[in-house]
Amino acid sequence: MKTDPKGVLTGSHELSGNHACAEGAFAAGCRFLGCYPIVPALEISQRFLERAPAVGATFIQMEDEVSVLAAVLGASWTGKRSMTVTSGPGLSLMMEHLGLGVMLETPCVIVDVQMVGPGLGIPTRPSQGDMMQSRWGSHGDYEIVALAPSSPQEMFDFMIKAFNFSERYRIPVAVMSDEYVAHLVERVVIPPADAIELVPRRYYKGRKDNYLPFKRDKDFVPPMVDIGKGYRFHVTGLTHDNRGYPIMFEECQEYNVHPLVRKIRHFADEIVEVQESNLDDAEVILVSYGATSRAARKAMEEARKSGIKVGSLKLVTVWPFPEKRVAELAKRVKAFVVPEMNFGQIVLEVERCSYGAANVFFIPHGEKGVEYTEDIQAVIKRAVQEKNIKDGVIECVSKGV
Amino acid sequence: MAEQKTTTGVVKPEIPEADVIHPMENLLRMDRMPHIWCSSCGIGIAVTAFTAALEKAKMDPNMVSIVSGIGCTGRVAGYVKLDSFHTTHGRPIAFGTGIRVANPNIKVVVFSGDGDLIAIGGNHFIHAARRNIDMLVVCVNNFIYAMTGGQVAPTTPLAAYATTSPYGCVEPPFNIPYLAESSGAVYVARWTALHVRRLTNSLAEALQKKGFSVVEVISPCAMYYSRINRLGDGLDMMRFYHDNVEIRHGEDTKNLDIGFQTKIICGKFVDRERPTYMERYSQWLTEVKGAKK
Repeated sequence: MKTDPKGVLTGSHELSGNHACAEGAFAAGCRFLGCYPIVPALEISQRFLERAPAVGATFIQMEDEVSVLAAVLGASWTGKRSMTVTSGPGLSLMMEHLGLGVMLETPCVIVDVQMVGPGLGIPTRPSQGDMMQSRWGSHGDYEIVALAPSSPQEMFDFMIKAFNFSERYRIPVAVMSDEYVAHLVERVVIPPADAIELVPRRYYKGRKDNYLPFKRDKDFVPPMVDIGKGYRFHVTGLTHDNRGYPIMFEECQEYNVHPLVRKIRHFADEIVEVQESNLDDAEVILVSYGATSRAARKAMEEARKSGIKVGSLKLVTVWPFPEKRVAELAKRVKAFVVPEMNFGQIVLEVERCSYGAANVFFIPHGEKGVEYTEDIQAVIKRAVQEKNIKDGVIECVSKGV
Repeated sequence: MAEQKTTTGVVKPEIPEADVIHPMENLLRMDRMPHIWCSSCGIGIAVTAFTAALEKAKMDPNMVSIVSGIGCTGRVAGYVKLDSFHTTHGRPIAFGTGIRVANPNIKVVVFSGDGDLIAIGGNHFIHAARRNIDMLVVCVNNFIYAMTGGQVAPTTPLAAYATTSPYGCVEPPFNIPYLAESSGAVYVARWTALHVRRLTNSLAEALQKKGFSVVEVISPCAMYYSRINRLGDGLDMMRFYHDNVEIRHGEDTKNLDIGFQTKIICGKFVDRERPTYMERYSQWLTEVKGAKK
């Protein structure tokens, strides 16, 4: 399916990450935004609102982030591609409806422009502190797809990817931006509308009185219908059978919830995307995502100049985590070096998936972020010299902190 | 009802052959009967009145969507044969707002309880009323959180007992019609489960009303509220309504407080016109688009 050209601002533009996000959403066919003001995400909604009349999109600013995601789920069931934008404290409030979105299998996109936390934190500084929350924040078992852009261009491109994943697998998809990417202005090239391929929503096409909202296709994804089309269906956030009726048995929990997890795990190979460079001869691999991957790339280039064999594994999809690839690489490298703008989140996944075959060095960046290539270089040198495999994550406190 | 589990894990209840067709069968999910409500509960009466009102107001059932929250009344969406959503606690109004704004052709009905709409969902209630979202809110008020076992609610009358007010409720309750009117609702009425005919008429009127309409339905809860307060069974509660309800249309909503076993004033209190959210939205849209030409 080609996208609607009305939303595509084809050309080359100087855009901030936040503005590129709104343009990416329009290009991905998003026609509903639920929002609540929060620094540093607010420019996304401002841009969306300014352009909405021309594009034919609707929006509403709700009374809090709890109601925002509820409204987005409601809007998605009318057939509109829907999204919301927020930051850490807002994401915390959205956890309730993230779970409902997973249970009702409602496609939607949540953009989280991460700020420093916990609590009130520093709303004007970047962080990658919500990575685990996006995966585990709502109660119960679920799987989610999360993408981490590192530039305005990626912000634009990943919005299209995010909407495609959400429609393909009927799940809420998180785009984990941060304050750095949000306010970074770079050149963004927006392709013509006929070059943007969208995954259409999978609609049920059978008899109206025969529709079962959760009767799954072979790939565990049930086809959907819109409100107001005469199907008169019922869906519930309680554990339900394929008619959408609540059934409170353990068997039904298995029947209902297991596919929610399986539909992502089973297709993880299709979803997972990484960008690799210089891995062939690498002794040490930098694993990074989002804004920190910019610092990692620079550190890698510098280290290569001084003759150290360093490669880079940049995560495009943080969730599902590229388990197989990391396990494979762990067998043939000395160490992974993981810089993050937090005190240890995705590094835990890297450690888990390396199964003790390689050292895992961690550089907690606090909020100093992407300027810190010197620290990364220092840790790379240490990682190359280290002879023994040590237990657990080796935390390297950066000089600046 | 006996339930069977097939090999595919699909749970199919055995539906007994019905001799008599229920008059509301086209609007109810008969494959889900019997419902979960206790005998002498008033929620079923409210649902009957609502389905009758849908017919009376000649609403196209394909274009009405019903959203419920959590609680006894939260189960209503599951029994009504419309596009129906059983959502999170307190958030049906927010969910319904999304539906209405994304597709203004859908009439949204929110059917939920007093705890759901007025306590945890209080913020969404007042803001939807302020925006005047085109939506009918049916609030079944049984003075208590019934599904969780009879806890004190924001509508529990002063001094009434509940499992979390063992020495009598010390908080003054919300007056729902007053809250609705002062927040901006365009249609506000209150009836009890005894006033089926008047309730039906009121719901039919509210369904056709443009804007945020609130109908409060006072319902007996024999299992929790009546029992812990020694008020007898459902029939005794109905008798109490019969003897103590006073119908005063147009009464100032300030005077509609409900005390413990005091007089209950019912009627239609507010019926006014205000531009709805979508009217203002499309007006704004026309102006913006006009200005750009």
